Amino acid sequence: MSALLEIKGLTKAYPGVVANDDVSFAIQPGEVHALLGENGAGKSTLVKMIYGLVRPDAGTMTLNGADYTPSEPRAARASGVAMVFQHFSLFEALSVAENIALGMEDPPKPRDLAQRIHDVSRTYGLPLDPARLVGDLSAGERQRVEIIRCLLQDPKLLIMDEPTSVLTPQEVEILFHTLRKLSAEGTAILYISHKLEEIRTLCDAATILRLGKVVGECTPREVSAAQMAEMMVGKSLSQPARDEAEPGEVLLTVAGLSMEPASPFGTPLRHVGLEVRAGEVLGIGGVAGNGQDELLAALSGERRSAPGAVEFKGAPIGDTGPEARRKLGLLCAPEERLGHAAAPDMSLTENAVLTGRVRKGLDQNGFVGWGKAKGFAEEIIARFDVRTPGPDVAARALSGGNLQKYVIGREILQDPDVLVVNQPTWGVDASAAAAIRQALLDLAQNGAAVIVISQDLDELLEISDRFCALNEGRLSAPRPARGLSMEEIGLMLGGAHDMHEVEAAQ
Amino acid sequence: MSIDLVALTVALITVSTPVLLAAIGELVVEKSGVLNLGVEGMMITGAVVGFVTAVETGSPTLAFLAGMGGGMALSLIFAVLTQLLLSNQVATGLALTLFGLGLSALLGVGYPGQTPPVVTDPFPAALAEILVVGPILFGHSLVTYLSVLLVAAVWYVLAFTRTGLILRAVGESHEAAHALGYKVVRIRILAILFGGACAGLGGAFLSVVRVQNWIEGMTAGAGWIALALVVFASWKPWRVLFGAYLFGGIAALQLRLQAAEIGVPVALLDASPYLVTIIVLVLISSDRSRAALNAPAALGRVFHASS
Repeated sequence: MSALLEIKGLTKAYPGVVANDDVSFAIQPGEVHALLGENGAGKSTLVKMIYGLVRPDAGTMTLNGADYTPSEPRAARASGVAMVFQHFSLFEALSVAENIALGMEDPPKPRDLAQRIHDVSRTYGLPLDPARLVGDLSAGERQRVEIIRCLLQDPKLLIMDEPTSVLTPQEVEILFHTLRKLSAEGTAILYISHKLEEIRTLCDAATILRLGKVVGECTPREVSAAQMAEMMVGKSLSQPARDEAEPGEVLLTVAGLSMEPASPFGTPLRHVGLEVRAGEVLGIGGVAGNGQDELLAALSGERRSAPGAVEFKGAPIGDTGPEARRKLGLLCAPEERLGHAAAPDMSLTENAVLTGRVRKGLDQNGFVGWGKAKGFAEEIIARFDVRTPGPDVAARALSGGNLQKYVIGREILQDPDVLVVNQPTWGVDASAAAAIRQALLDLAQNGAAVIVISQDLDELLEISDRFCALNEGRLSAPRPARGLSMEEIGLMLGGAHDMHEVEAAQ
Repeated sequence: MSIDLVALTVALITVSTPVLLAAIGELVVEKSGVLNLGVEGMMITGAVVGFVTAVETGSPTLAFLAGMGGGMALSLIFAVLTQLLLSNQVATGLALTLFGLGLSALLGVGYPGQTPPVVTDPFPAALAEILVVGPILFGHSLVTYLSVLLVAAVWYVLAFTRTGLILRAVGESHEAAHALGYKVVRIRILAILFGGACAGLGGAFLSVVRVQNWIEGMTAGAGWIALALVVFASWKPWRVLFGAYLFGGIAALQLRLQAAEIGVPVALLDASPYLVTIIVLVLISSDRSRAALNAPAALGRVFHASS
């Protein structure tokens, strides 16, 4: 059998870093091929070259035996290569049909297109209404838009970048069902993911990248997830752990919290109630866009509520702002690192002052004590192994994982009584993620209450004492995290959105 | 006191046309995600270039084309600075307005008081003599009809064509458009040039047809009103038309009220077109979530292809 896509010696260098160094591998027709690697291993540069967004410095690609040198995505699409992006490729204010038309070379008339969307979505079990605005769709439905956009062009190779990071377990099942069907029809799939168990169930072959080089190939079904992780990282990882402890007094109570969203595509919070005790980690799971950002804003004080809706150690604080809550000992680390947790163009020292001013006493009479501030920044860098030349570097210059360690460390070192984090390890590689989780567990061990909002269910099961689900702005009752199965969690998350028709059809 | 409603309507349309042209151009620019605050500067440049051309060549057609060219030339400066050199759009737009005002004063030295050629109407005079509808429907310059057609065309293109869809997509999320392989910078430059041509044509109409004279600073904030119209019209072409005619209507009406010497302070009457237009459009667009939905999400944000 001859390969569908063969890559030989592909090299791409950016100033100061070689993103891909002499990368070679081949994808067979109908094969589901995994591309594995940590952040910064060069996966996205590689797929961007295959999709024509980036031109390689050296090396060749052959598609179906012919030279393949796409100069732009249009050329790649014309050759039968399609890509489902991790993010950045849908337009919220446009309808599903318009979004799909934008990704096609030669879209049919709107009415025919709507019909074809219906046909394809029925064939592959991906229900979708062409007239709806993408901004109103759930993350799983948005992904269906991208997939259908690709399928309408009959691709020979479908590239999927982290497709399951935003899906509920049930939605993942549906996606895998679709992908297996495609593969059986002869479409090859290049599948990028951090989730090793998924790769073991879905993929036929895997290529592993580290620091821009191919460091190994394997058949995922025949090796364990731990073995693949070691190949990716180059060393074995330790599981986060802590000693058993009885939870203490209730530190934070939320009762009957309802809030309208601040943006047109936000999610309203509906009667959210929770309490968290000293020494406890409360995990809040849910697919992005179900009210996570709004909940964090209500807890941090960015959005005010009725005084009694949020109580800290029995005192009402719902109508106070972030600075007052920090003073009391309620700290938050939001999801978006650049622009929310950190000011991108300001130095790490300046960013340390932004949230650490009150609790670390970094100012006096309105003047910032820069010496002290720098000391605090250096402490964070040292304690959390942040890889940076020094505290004078702009936050923007740090890689995602390093900046995440910095912003989480900044809050932890302020010794909070309650810490709320949203997506603490999103887009962070395995070793940094393990370090962050361990730091959160250590914090709880020392008597603080920790609320972890995350989409990564494995992460939540690993570190939480109790688990609850956030679905369409409603928070479920908490359940002990130990012993929860993925199916149970999936149902708590509201199952798959809009999947009733499919189940009925099968 | 009596006000001739027919004459008022005719005046309304003439007064509105420059603002309408500038606003519909700016609407396209903003739909592509670019905020060009230089509308006033492009209009006044169009006004002076158009007037000078009209006086020197005696041809109104050439004058309008020259006005468009003047506006486009100025907008090209803006396009190069903001799209290629990635300068801040707000600061660049403000500078463009100041530059346009100064440049027009320089170019127009010696022209105030000169008479431009008379612009003939496209319809035979007999049609314009029909009672009531004649002057309202058939008594205008070709540019006026063109401005209304332009509103219809912009509406149609934005709502129903692939070109319009791509333009809206670029204004909604330049990263996503870039990821799909659309040329964000090229599309935006073309939109900016279109906006410049419209503003320039509006300016030329003002000096050659409506005022028939060149006066320094004669746009008197019409460019700013055009900018406000686009926002308060929620980026909808027909609402821009409505807003522009409302503005023109109050402007024409208040002049007549001043002449009739009613007991309202002149300063208040002078300000009334600006006040009423903005109040009415604020009320129309008061449903905030809907307005935000139609607003180009990438408006004013600098795009730099990182890969």
